[in-house]
Amino acid sequence: MRKIFLIFRKDFLVEWRSKQIFPTMFVFSLLLLLIFNVAFEFRSDINFRAVSAVIWITFIFSGLLALGRSFSLEKENNAFAFLLLTPVSRSCIYLGKLLSNVVMVLLSELFILPLFLLFFLLNAKGLSLSLTGEILPFLGVVVLGTIGFVSLGTFFSSMALNTKLRDMMLPLLVFPLIIPVVITSVGICSSILEGKPFGYYAFSLQVLVSFDIIFVLLCSLLFEYLIEDSGD
Amino acid sequence: MRKILFFLTFALMVIATWMTLFYAPTEVVMGHVQRIFYFHMGTVWAATVAFTVVFVASIYYLVKETAKWDTLAYCSAEIGMLLLTLTIITGSIWAKPVWGTWWTWDPQLTTTFILWVLYAVYLVLRSGAGGRGKKARYSAIFAIIAYVDLPVVYVSARIKRGISPVVFGPGGGGIDPAMMHTLLVTLLGFTLLFVLLLGERRRIMNMENALYARGGRGG
Repeated sequence: MRKIFLIFRKDFLVEWRSKQIFPTMFVFSLLLLLIFNVAFEFRSDINFRAVSAVIWITFIFSGLLALGRSFSLEKENNAFAFLLLTPVSRSCIYLGKLLSNVVMVLLSELFILPLFLLFFLLNAKGLSLSLTGEILPFLGVVVLGTIGFVSLGTFFSSMALNTKLRDMMLPLLVFPLIIPVVITSVGICSSILEGKPFGYYAFSLQVLVSFDIIFVLLCSLLFEYLIEDSGD
Repeated sequence: MRKILFFLTFALMVIATWMTLFYAPTEVVMGHVQRIFYFHMGTVWAATVAFTVVFVASIYYLVKETAKWDTLAYCSAEIGMLLLTLTIITGSIWAKPVWGTWWTWDPQLTTTFILWVLYAVYLVLRSGAGGRGKKARYSAIFAIIAYVDLPVVYVSARIKRGISPVVFGPGGGGIDPAMMHTLLVTLLGFTLLFVLLLGERRRIMNMENALYARGGRGG
C-alpha cells in the first residue's frame, strides 16, 4: 500500500512541477466544449441525453490525451527501466500509476465541470440543481466513470507506446473496450439531470461499479505480463 | 485424418444446405427468408467457438510462452473474423424483410458489432506491434481483456430493450422438431468447417514460418 502511494507521489510531483499535461488537457477540453456548442447550437431546448454525451466525450478524449503522456514521460532517460529495478511488484507500479492518472484526470475534470455548467446547462428549462439531489450523485458518477476508462487507458498506454503505431494505437485499443463505461455513465448522468429517482438508474450503476472492479483487477494482474524484463 | 475431416465436413455442409432448403418446414410468419437463419446461427456459433479458442490459447501463451499457442490464437481469430462477418451479413439480409431495416442498435447487434471491432483491432495490433515476441504477448493480453469485456458490453447494452429473437430459454417461442434437426446439423457442420479451416490455416502459417526461418523472402 505504501509502495503504491510512493509511485503515486512521484508521478504526481513530476506533473505538479512540470505542469505539462494539466494545462494541455484543460485547454483541449475547453476547445472540445466549444466545438460541441457551436455544432449543436443548444438554446433553451436542451436535450439532457445529448448534454451528458458531450461531457463524457470531452472527458474521455482529453483523458486519453493525458494518459498517452503518462508512460512516454518514463521513456525519456529510460526512467521506466529504473522504476522496474526498484523492489516493487509490477501490479504495484500499475496501481500507483492508475492512482496518479485518476487524480490528475479528475482534477482537470473538476475545472471543466463549472464551465460545462455555464455553457450548456445554465439556460436549461426544468433543471433544478441541489447539492444532495443532483450535484453529489453527478460527481460520484464522474469519479466511477473516470476510474473505468483510466484503468484501461493507463494499461494500454504502456502497451501502445511500445508498438510501431505509438499514440495512434491507444484510442484504437481503448475505445471499443470502454463502451460499457460510455453507455452507463452517459445514461446515469442524463437520468440525474432529468431528476429521475435512484431506482431508475440503479442497474446502470451496478454495471459501472462491476466494470471498475473487474478491469482494475484484471489489468493489475496482466500488467506483470505486459512488461518484459528485457525492456523491449 | 485431414482427408477424413475434409470429406466429413463437405458431406455435412451439403446435408445442412439440403435440410435448410428442403427438409425444414417454412416458417409461418416469416416465410422462406427464415431459412437463412440456420446459416446465421451456424456462423455465429462457430465464431463464438473461434473467439473462445483465441481466449484460451492466449492464456496458454502468456503462461507457457511457446509460439504454437500464438499461432493457434492468430489463426483462430482470423477465421472467427470471417465467420462473424458472414453472421452480420446473413443477419442483415434476414432483418430487412422481418424487421424492415438492415440494421438496428439492439443489444445483440450492438454486442456483435463491438465484438467485430474488437477483433479487427486485434488484427491491427498484430500488424502494428513490432517484433515477434512483443506482437504475440500484446495481442494475447488484448484478446484476454476483450473476451472479458464482452459480457459487460452485452449487459450494459441490455439497459435498452432489445428485439432480437430469443429462441431458447425463458420467453422463447419453442421450435418445430424438423427445424431443430436442421439447426443441429448446421451447427455441427459449421463446427467441423471451423476445425478444418483452423487446421489448414495453421499448416500454412507453420510453412510460412519454416520458410521464413530458412531465410526465404518471407512476408
